[in-house]
Amino acid sequence: MSPLDRKLLRDLWRLRGQVLAIGMVIASGVGLLVMSLTAIEALQETADAYYERYRFAQVFARVKRAPEYMADRLAAIEGVQSVETRVVRNAVLDVAGFEEPVIGQLVSVPEDGEPLLNRLAMRQGRYPRLGAQDEAVLSEPFAEAHRLGIGDQLRAVINGRWRELKVVGIALSPEYVYTIGPGALMPDDRRFGVLWLGHEALQSAFDLDGAFNDVSLGLLRGTDPEHVVDRVDGLLARYGSIGAYARADQLSNWFLMNEITQLKTLARILPTVFLAVAAFLTNMVLARLVAVERSEIGLLKAFGYSNAAIAWHYVKLVLVISAVGIGLGWFAGYWLGLYNTTMYADFYRFPFLLYRPGPAPFAAAAAASLVAALLGTISAVRGAAMLPPAEAMRPPAPPLFRRSRLSRLALSQALDQPTRIVLRQVARWPLRSFVTSAGIGLAVAVLISSMQWLDAIDHIVDVYFLQAQGQDVTVGFAEVRSADVARGLGRLPGVMTTEPMRAVPAKLRSGPRVEREAVQGVPAHQELQHVYDATGQSVDLPPEGLVISTMLAELLGVAPGDKVTIEVQEGRRPVLEVPVAATFETYIGSPAYMEIGALNRLMREPPSVTGVHLRVDPRRRAQLFRELKQIPQVSSVSLRDAAVQTFHETMAKTLLIYVSFFIVFACALAFGVTYNAARIALSERSRELATLRVLGFTRAEISYILIGETGLLTLLALPLGVACGYVLAMTIVRGFDTELFRVPFVIEAATYGWAILVGVFATAASVLLVRRRLDQLDLIGVLKTRE
Amino acid sequence: MNEPPGTAGPIASGEPGQRALTLRVKGLTKTYRSGEVEVPALRGIDLDLATGELVVLLGPSGSGKSTLLNILGGLDSATSGAAWFEDHDLMQVGDRELTRYRREHVGFVFQFYNLIPSLTALENVALVTEIAAHPMDPAAALEIVGLRDRLHHFPAQLSGGEQQRVAIARAIAKRPAILLCDEPTGALDSQTGILVLEAIEHIHEELGTTTVLITHNAVIADMADRVLVLGDGLIQQERRNPMRRPARELTW
Repeated sequence: MSPLDRKLLRDLWRLRGQVLAIGMVIASGVGLLVMSLTAIEALQETADAYYERYRFAQVFARVKRAPEYMADRLAAIEGVQSVETRVVRNAVLDVAGFEEPVIGQLVSVPEDGEPLLNRLAMRQGRYPRLGAQDEAVLSEPFAEAHRLGIGDQLRAVINGRWRELKVVGIALSPEYVYTIGPGALMPDDRRFGVLWLGHEALQSAFDLDGAFNDVSLGLLRGTDPEHVVDRVDGLLARYGSIGAYARADQLSNWFLMNEITQLKTLARILPTVFLAVAAFLTNMVLARLVAVERSEIGLLKAFGYSNAAIAWHYVKLVLVISAVGIGLGWFAGYWLGLYNTTMYADFYRFPFLLYRPGPAPFAAAAAASLVAALLGTISAVRGAAMLPPAEAMRPPAPPLFRRSRLSRLALSQALDQPTRIVLRQVARWPLRSFVTSAGIGLAVAVLISSMQWLDAIDHIVDVYFLQAQGQDVTVGFAEVRSADVARGLGRLPGVMTTEPMRAVPAKLRSGPRVEREAVQGVPAHQELQHVYDATGQSVDLPPEGLVISTMLAELLGVAPGDKVTIEVQEGRRPVLEVPVAATFETYIGSPAYMEIGALNRLMREPPSVTGVHLRVDPRRRAQLFRELKQIPQVSSVSLRDAAVQTFHETMAKTLLIYVSFFIVFACALAFGVTYNAARIALSERSRELATLRVLGFTRAEISYILIGETGLLTLLALPLGVACGYVLAMTIVRGFDTELFRVPFVIEAATYGWAILVGVFATAASVLLVRRRLDQLDLIGVLKTRE
Repeated sequence: MNEPPGTAGPIASGEPGQRALTLRVKGLTKTYRSGEVEVPALRGIDLDLATGELVVLLGPSGSGKSTLLNILGGLDSATSGAAWFEDHDLMQVGDRELTRYRREHVGFVFQFYNLIPSLTALENVALVTEIAAHPMDPAAALEIVGLRDRLHHFPAQLSGGEQQRVAIARAIAKRPAILLCDEPTGALDSQTGILVLEAIEHIHEELGTTTVLITHNAVIADMADRVLVLGDGLIQQERRNPMRRPARELTW
């Protein structure tokens, strides 16, 4: 080993604390980027493979009832490869040991072999046999939630009659990666499940012999699904189709793709910030590390080492430090990516998981870190190598300080000398001080923008569920019912108040723009389920006209006063021109509302409902649930408390886990920055500090100078971090807007507080670690050498 | 160690026994251990420093004079022997007490001035007066060393001699009982060196501070009351100058 390499190894060992701290910073950037990119890649790849292997359909349509021969007509559409007709209906289930009514989506599967499309990933058991009326395959999450296994029984209200079903299989389906019940926002596997039954069994149960009410189509490669959708609509309109839709609009897939989009947004913004901070910091620390080696560089040159040889020596030092960080980051990123993907796979229910991260994320993260590190080093090494050896071996001239106008002020006259040392040091190298402050500030900013999610979620729950929803239970019907039904529900045990609602499936059109959205009819002044503005105002509906969410207004390009065409997708399918009366802001979905009486009049129908909101006496809930299970028209029962709970659970399982990684990394970042800042302050200040010790200053007094400098920079960093955090959080929130979900931009004071606390704590920990080194200051040695 | 440093009477050579002693050292040894090698730096020093005395320590490098000075100044601890400052045992105390000893009673001047580059001349002196019990005005201390018009200059704006005089002002501004100077002229040319020595001499006469001055320049010995020559960790020779020669008359 050459002596230079030996020097390298010893330098690295001597600097191990700093090497590790810089490594941690690099690792946090690299790790986050790798984690995000690999998770996205894996999720996308898994979904693609799953869809491919299990023949997930590309176009879907629901009708009231269509004859089987229509399948041939659909198959004749250009670009259609395969057609599968089905019976799909919701039913109320009674699961032993579970008080509340459960909603099951019954989906038919052929009894003579595997389906052509939307094949089941059978986890246990088998498909239902031909002729068996009571055999069912359960979706795995539902079976798990109720601990149901092969051979277990459950009861279902099928077409108004209680039927005993026997579990013969447990499966997953590409159609239900994200299993969500009617009207729900989040999966709730205890209250909603999918059951696959034999095609003929369901046909006869729902009086659909020789007919179907649902169809999926597989397309030839390269076929435009929208084109097929239009053709399908044309063929099925007369059978009561509520409109065909492509895979992109299929509920489960739509949620999954939304999630991937959100992850991409996170991967774009936050790891970039981390990498930038890491690069920034690596650059700064290494430049100063090399600057300290100035006299060694002069000495090496005096011995005849070439500039290139010397540069290579320091580049190697940087390479090792970067390699430590990159290695740690790769390792952490790989495992966190795997962990994340596994969690997503658990949540999104894939039968298998493809986590085969390619080299690209690793290479990209490493390259970004290396370039940043090398740039910082090369400029510093060049600076030292340019000097003639004799000059380089002499220490640099003492820096020239100047008295600023500030120091002549009366106030500054009162400062003691140690404070002056701290202030002048910071003011003498404003750029360097700024860089350190910016590093700490960015760590705080990343913390704020990560923790903002918690505030946003709390805010959504508060506004969307707690303030806007006064009902305890919402009952939905499979078909439009007379308003008398609502009054009938009001007489059930424990029901204190009822409020009718009606949803009309429709296409809203304004010029060339079309949106599929149900128009919801609710009372002008709502007592239970409020039309709630994001600002916290309950919106009263005008007697006529639409009140639409700003998201929908934006999608349609309309404003209050404009007219919107409503193409109703049920009943006699009227096409109506309705003015937009007002808009309101909401976080979830893009709803459209109308006064329920006005909506019924437009439909030319007597007072009708598709659902009823109930306020319930909690003491009589069980009794109510028992009664509800007996009402055949009921197709869904949702509970507000359960929805809130699921919302929290879902968030905790997905977004919050992800966010918590960012929080941990941000803490590492804060510590990495402050520790390095304190170490550099110590190495540059050790001579002064030793001098002060000789002059009779105590350890505590010289610690003040060391802590003062890092502390002052942290103090400057905090407001900077708060401001950056505000901007960063806003950027991320804006980047996150989807049709489904708009994240409210809410940052609680406590969030700023926590972020600041972490910044202060990181500084305190760093300074305390470094302070221990003050005890080992070589008082005599320092005084014997020149400055 | 709270009492103010005593001020001595008129300065003249006299028998040490008849005057109060500032520092007493008996059988002092110091052995440096580096790895497995033991290097004796001091091998039994006996020394009394009378209040107000100006002593020059001469000796080649490695003779132990800096080690002795560091122990006297509370910067280093001896391996064995005894050392007292006035009534205080310097051997039996810890870091905290030694810090307090340096803070209240000792002034240091080094070869490389060790000024704080971010503080002006005045502020470098104030650094010490702020933590001392009975300091003089920092400006007055700088006036004593002839730097009245340099109060607001930073070290980088001062010549070597001026920087050393700031260091001297900083050392004496607390009115120390003892002033320890380690090669104060070592980094200076002779002309500037004499200016610095004059400053030390002036302070010694004005304040009566007990002063120990290390040098390897034998000429400087002439300005002392007493000259000690160190070699191999022992006092090899001791002589008393009948008359102190003023610094300005020295040449080398």
